[in-house]
Parts: sequence; structure tokens; C-alpha cells
Amino acid sequence: MSNATADAAIIPARDLEKGRSLWSDAMRRLRANKAAVAAIFTLALMALACVIGPMISPHPFDKVYQSYVKARPSLEPYPTAEQIQDDLERALRRARVTIDSFSVEGDTLAVTLSADEKIDPRMTRYIDRVDAFANARITGEENDGRILHIEADVARTLFLAGTDQNGRDLLTRILIGGRVSLAIGLLATFVALLIGVAWGAVAGYAGGRIDQLMMRFVDVLYSLPFIFFVIMLVVFFGRNFILMFIAVGAVEWLDMARIVRGQTLSIKRQEYVEAARALGVSQWHIIWRHIVPNALGPVVIYMTLLVPKVILLESFLSFLGLGVQEPMTSWGVLISEGARNIQDAPYLLIYPSIFLAITLLCLNFIGDGLRDALDPKDR
Amino acid sequence: MIRFILKRLTSAIPTLFVIVTVAFFLMRLAPGGPFSLERPLPPQILANLMAHYKLDQPLWAQYLDYLKGLMTGDLGPSYVYRDFTVDELLLQGLPVSIQLGLSALVLATLIGCALGTIAALRQNRPADYSVMAVALIGITIPNFVMAPVLTLLFAIHLGWLPAGGWGEGALVNKILPVFALALPQIAVIARLTRGSMIEVMRSNHIRTARAYGLPAHVVVGRALRGALLPVISYLGPAAAALLTGSVVIESIFGVPGIGRHFVQGALNRDYTLVMGTVVTVAVFVVLFNLIVDVLYAWLDPKVRLE
Repeated sequence: MSNATADAAIIPARDLEKGRSLWSDAMRRLRANKAAVAAIFTLALMALACVIGPMISPHPFDKVYQSYVKARPSLEPYPTAEQIQDDLERALRRARVTIDSFSVEGDTLAVTLSADEKIDPRMTRYIDRVDAFANARITGEENDGRILHIEADVARTLFLAGTDQNGRDLLTRILIGGRVSLAIGLLATFVALLIGVAWGAVAGYAGGRIDQLMMRFVDVLYSLPFIFFVIMLVVFFGRNFILMFIAVGAVEWLDMARIVRGQTLSIKRQEYVEAARALGVSQWHIIWRHIVPNALGPVVIYMTLLVPKVILLESFLSFLGLGVQEPMTSWGVLISEGARNIQDAPYLLIYPSIFLAITLLCLNFIGDGLRDALDPKDR
Repeated sequence: MIRFILKRLTSAIPTLFVIVTVAFFLMRLAPGGPFSLERPLPPQILANLMAHYKLDQPLWAQYLDYLKGLMTGDLGPSYVYRDFTVDELLLQGLPVSIQLGLSALVLATLIGCALGTIAALRQNRPADYSVMAVALIGITIPNFVMAPVLTLLFAIHLGWLPAGGWGEGALVNKILPVFALALPQIAVIARLTRGSMIEVMRSNHIRTARAYGLPAHVVVGRALRGALLPVISYLGPAAAALLTGSVVIESIFGVPGIGRHFVQGALNRDYTLVMGTVVTVAVFVVLFNLIVDVLYAWLDPKVRLE
């Protein structure tokens, strides 16, 4: 009986203890940081848009609208009134007919055509071929088929962010490119995390000559002009999407290894590690169960700062033409295409840059927020 | 001091050696070669070419040969730019790249430190917030976005500056590339300076200096000596970042430096040219880290040169 009451008294005390652990404390402090919370929400929204957006977008990301090359971004659907006339004239130029009159009512286009000879009814296909028109049909003929009345549906399409130099919807491409950039950012960071944590923990824990050798290796890689290293890896692996982030991750693990080693050096002298060793726990088990989890704080901070770095690096590679290949795209590819078209279509540069900049801003805010939240000095 | 420098220089030799080795073998492992063109060469011509450039010998023999050449400063002939040796190509490009990189570094350090100091002295006031906002933009907007935007604004719309080209090093041609290259580093240095300046301004010796009633510029000068240490140690990575950034900047502005040899050489499998570029850049990074260490020791008496 007395045992039961003692247990009941202990349980809430345990809950209280739990509420003050490093991570829940950090979470509480992070939640109090308005900029970081806003950044997390924005980033989540961005990721959601990139994942779902291309699925619900009316335009496939690689569909080419030949009539709408470099269409300006607009909230009004295309085609515009002048464009209908242009498109119609261009479509019928090869049919050798004269356009007597045309009118647009709602979503229906009515045209009257005339020619010196009987008009081949198959010429409606010329009209169908234009992106703006669909379903052209003959509604009546006069004068033995020398005058035709044709109706066609006007297909209204919306390009919120305009179209690129090949006539593909820019917004859909930005969202698809966002998938690639975010995926590379996350996966390359993960690769860097794996290598860096393993390398740093082993070096720090082993100490002595092994430590010196392993860290000397990191130093040497550090002084290698790393962009050359990545270019080599990309050239070596071919321009493969999956291998690319392994290449990027394989370069970015150096800082991680240093951070983890520094942490490990201080952790391995803690009593609980000595206790584990005294109990005969195997070395790998100590590293995995005691060293790595306790070194994670600075690692998490560094990770949030590594993701934007990797995204930038991927953009940089894509900008040089070493990244993702057509028709796939990434923010770096879009930006480099935009930079090439900056004179006549600056929005091609501006829109992808805005997406990239917002993502990088958010990640920076989150990183700063985490650093403040996990900083033991401020607690 | 001289012993310290000598010691650092000798310790750089194994590093450079490893860099050369890794780069050499990695390059050769990559599929394709300098002569694998879209229309293949007739086999006899190819064999002759390979023999001429000693590419038919076993890899280790080529490697030893390259090391031997490196000792005497001979980086070999370029495979793609016929009639040029790599030495000639690098000598053409290097002065341009050094000018570009050094100007950017000086500009970034001066402006970055000034902005960071202003922000720190006006902490949590409008001046601070606006400097930090600009710095954040500088960090988040990559220089390959910034460069075309600057071109659009200053070269095309306003017509003040040329949009590209080097113009034999005329000042007007330098302004845009140097600024575009320096901008991200200005942002980083400003943030660094602000952080360390705020910390130093709270320290005891500065409080004492203030209590003595020393004029503001003396106090700030003393604080700067301590606050610039993190900035100095950042200059090594900054120099590396400038070298990397110059690859993009040189191609955007059509500057004839060595940056473009990086990418073009790797794509063309111009083995010797890429190796030459890597060696040059590695030497610069090592040298720069040495300079940074010496500067650091000079500024911070706590660091002993050993």
C-alpha cells in the first residue's frame, strides 16, 4: 500500500524531470523565437508547394507551348485579344486562305474564310495545331466551299509566372526544380552527416595516432580546392542526379567531422562513458549509444546551415552546366537560364531567384534559432 | 618568426603532394580522354598523339613524369589549346585572376569590417538592423544571381559601366566583377565583425578604456584589434571562396582569368591544364593560410608561434 503511494508520487516528479531535458528545453526556446517559427512554417509551405504543386498544376513541367514562348507572367489567362489574331493569321498563312472576318464570343472563336478555289475541310487542323485553339469545326459553307464558316474553342491557359524560352510554364518548372534542389539539399546533408559523424566520432574516440592520421586527412582535403573536387566527381560519375548529391555530400562532411571530433574529445572523458567501459560495453556500442547522441546538438545546428550551402552548391554546379540535365530542372538551372535571358525576360531570373532566396533565408533563420535554442550559455 | 614560416612551408609540401596525387589519379579514373571527340580520330593518328603526349605509357610512369616536371616548374603542354603550354596559359590568366581576387578581398574586408563595426556600435538600432538585413541578402542571394542583376542595372539600364570583357584591365571593366565577387564576402565579414565587436565592447579592458574617458575613436581602435581576430582567421576560407566564386564571375563577365580553365579543362579532359590550375590554386590557398596565421600571431599575443 505504501509502495503504491510512493510510486504515484514519483511518477509526476519524473514527468517534471522529463520536461527539462535538453531537447524539450530547446524546443520551448525555439518556439519562443518568432523568426524561427515563421521560417519553419514558410519552409514547410515551400516544401509542400514543391511536392504537391506540380501534381495539381494544369501544365506538365516539360510541356512546350509553342505559341507562348516567353509569355509574360500575368493573372489574366492567355491568349490575349491581339494574340488570337496573330495566332490565327500565322496558323492560316500556310492554308492559302483569306480571313474575311473573325470574332470571339466567350470561349468560342468564329472565323469566316474565303479562297479562290474550294477550301479543303482538313485545313481545320492548322487551327487545331495552335495551342490557343482546340476542337476546330466547320459550321457552314457557301459558294461551293469557297467560303467556310469555322468555329473553334479558345483554350484559356494561365501562366502565373510566365513561360520560359521554350514556352514551358515557369511556375511548374520552379516547383519541380524546388523538389530537386530541396531533395539534393536534404540528401547531401544526410550523406555529409553520416560520413562526418562516423569519421569524427571514431577519430575522437580512438585518439592518439589514429586520430592524428584521420584528422590530417581531413586537413589535406580541406586545402584541396573543393569545387575542383566536385567537378571531378561530377565528371567522373557522369551527370547523374543521385550520384551528384553523394558527390556534394562527400565534400561537405569535413566541417562535420571536425565538430563531432571536438565534441567526442570532451564527451569521452565523462563519467558515464567510463562507467560503460567499466561495464565492458563494446567500443562501437559506446560510440553509438553514448558519444553520438550527446554530440548531436552542434551537429543539428551545423546541419541547418549546411542545407542552404548544399542547395547553393548544387545551383552553382547547375549554373556551370554540370548539374541536373534537361528536361529536369533545378533552381540553379532556372537561374542560369534566366541570367541568359535577362535582357528581354528578366522575370525568368527573378522568380526562381525569389524562391531560392526565400528558402535560404528560412534555413538561415532556423539555423540561427536552433543555435540560440541549444546554446548552453544562454540557458 | 622565420623559423615558424619555414616550418609551415615545409609542412605544406606533403599537403601539396597529396593534392597533386589525388587530383592526378582522380582525373585519370574519369572515363574519356582529351582526344575522344565526337568524330573519333583514325586509330593511327590517335596512337601517334598518345605517344607524343606520353599517354600510352603506364599510369605510374606518367605520374612520375608529371612529378618530375612539377619540380622544375614545367606543367606540360595543354592537350586542347594546342601550341600552348600550361605554364603559358596560366601566366596569361593568373595576373588577371590575382587582380580580381585581391581587389575583391580588400574591398570585402574594408567594407565588411566597416559595416560590422557600425552595426555593433549601434546595436539594436535602425543602422544595425539595416546592415544585418543587407548582410542577410548578401548571404542568401548567390553571386551568379547578383552578377547578372548588377549587369542589367549598371550596364544595360544605366549604361554607366561595360557589361563584360576585361579591356586590358581598365578600371571601369573591373568595378562590376570585383563588386559581384566581393558582395557575399562583405556580408559574411560584416556579420563576423559585428558579433565579435559586440563581445569585445563588453570586455573589461574596453570598459576600463571608456572609464578613463578616452575618445571614442581610440576605444573603437582598441576594440577592433581584438574584434578583428575572427575576421583574420576567416580570410583563409574567404580567399578560397573568392577563388571558387571567380569561376562563375569570370565566365559571366568574360574575364580572361584562370577560373574558366577549371571547368572547361575538366570537361575537355585537358589533364595537364586542370592539374596546373589545381596546383596553382592549392599553392595560393596554402600560402594564404600561412599569411593568415602570421597575421593572427602578430595581432594576438596569446598565440605563440611554435
